[in-house]
Amino acid sequence: MGWQLIRGWAILVYIFMFLPVAVVVLLSFNASQFGSFPMTGLSFRWFIELANNEAILRAFRTSIILGLLTALISTTLGVLASLALVRYRVPGANAISTLLIAPILVPEVVLAVALLLFLNFLGINKSFTLLLFGHVIFTLPFVILVVQARLISIKRDVEEAAMSLGASPRQTFFQITLPLMMPAVLAGGLFAFTISFDDITGTLFWKPGGVETVPTQIFAMLRNSISPEINALGTVMIVMTVGLPLLGAAIARQISKKSGT
Amino acid sequence: MSVEAREARQPWILLSPALTAVALFLFVPLLFILVYSFWLRTATGADQAGFYLDNWREALTDAFYRDILFSTLRIAAITTLVCALMGYPAAYFIARSKGNKAILLLLLMLPFWISYIIRTMSWINILGVSGALNTFLLWTGIITDPIQMLYNETTVILGLVHFLLPFMVLNVFVSLEGIDTNLEDAANSLGATRWETFLQVTLPLSLPGLAAGGLLCFVLGAGTYITPLVLGGPRDAMFANLVFEAIITQLNWPLGSALSLMLLAVLGVLVMIYNRYLGMAQLMKGLG
Repeated sequence: MGWQLIRGWAILVYIFMFLPVAVVVLLSFNASQFGSFPMTGLSFRWFIELANNEAILRAFRTSIILGLLTALISTTLGVLASLALVRYRVPGANAISTLLIAPILVPEVVLAVALLLFLNFLGINKSFTLLLFGHVIFTLPFVILVVQARLISIKRDVEEAAMSLGASPRQTFFQITLPLMMPAVLAGGLFAFTISFDDITGTLFWKPGGVETVPTQIFAMLRNSISPEINALGTVMIVMTVGLPLLGAAIARQISKKSGT
Repeated sequence: MSVEAREARQPWILLSPALTAVALFLFVPLLFILVYSFWLRTATGADQAGFYLDNWREALTDAFYRDILFSTLRIAAITTLVCALMGYPAAYFIARSKGNKAILLLLLMLPFWISYIIRTMSWINILGVSGALNTFLLWTGIITDPIQMLYNETTVILGLVHFLLPFMVLNVFVSLEGIDTNLEDAANSLGATRWETFLQVTLPLSLPGLAAGGLLCFVLGAGTYITPLVLGGPRDAMFANLVFEAIITQLNWPLGSALSLMLLAVLGVLVMIYNRYLGMAQLMKGLG
């Protein structure tokens, strides 16, 4: 009896999480010129309009470039730090971990204000550079957490075996450790990209006038009313943000299968 | 240099880029706005450096800021409570399910990956005047005119719950998974009913996860900026909206600094209390 109740409750929670998203996808195919019910027919016209909307395409380009650069820098910093924390006995490791995840615990607005004002003081105004620094700093903790969790599962024995067979530390790193770490590195990078791609609060503080990322573009479009175009854009984003991690997970599994761990 | 000394230096070399980044882009800027909050805004040009208490006096005594701070904390608290009530049973269901737990968890985590702004605005499609719910109610004849259900505090909380629920479920799930089920079996075999076992064994052991999820929901909820703008009315501004207003719209950076630090202090106290009793390790478990 009790279990049935819990199951029913859980199903309601799943519906609560998915229903609004499903409605976005449904309405994006609505032929009506309003972004709402009733559905007057199925049509791809809003996706075609989307593909011809210069502002949205520009926002996509900005978001993708920003996301890729963020992922590159954040993953590099994060992987190095995680290696140190997992592989070495560092005095004060707990305090260091806390420091490194601090950007998650500071409210994003506060982080945004602090970085904006400080870099302005240093002569760096609202710019792509400021956006990039900001995105790196709040994605870094997530990368470190994800990479650390995966690094722990890599056994040191394999590396020690390579070294005892005469491989130099450098050779060991590039031929043994790095390939074994690849799933962790990819997961970290993907996480950083997705968080950067999705960010809106910090971005609104840091972006220079005229530059829009996809979320800030959607936010600006919402000021008028929900157009079917936003629903179509939402569908594209859903496919991207859900599809990418799933793809990433599949690739990671493939790699780890090949390397036999 | 000896091999040992090199070994000892190596982790610091690996850590230094990340630590430098966090120091330079988080801690130094926070100290900087602390200093800046004592500066004075002047009508003409540059802010006046110095040690003025004006901004802090305004931030701490103005009833307008205080009221919005309290309503922000109230919204965050209600959101956290609702997340716990909705999320705990769901996490329990996943953790104790005989089906494929990984798939069940992944399903609930999927929305977590979907764009925050899209998820927030998606409620307009449900609750708007020509949204799904109104359309349905009109069709059934229960109502004859569409009702405006949006743009109030309830819809802000609804949007926040939708955004934050995955954090709660994940944290509770992680701590439920960590419980040795033999303990539950032992309690059952010693004559406890399932409900007693839950209340006296399972629930206490899963409290760290519940607390971690709660902390995340509260801190993220109280710092939210977008949700009140999309789903709230003109009177539903939260504290982050005030900060944005001061910094970006009014360009009153000294006051904006003081307001930012006020928010940080209130939420920082919570994080420290949490850290004192449960430690950051629990939080990292759920996030990783």
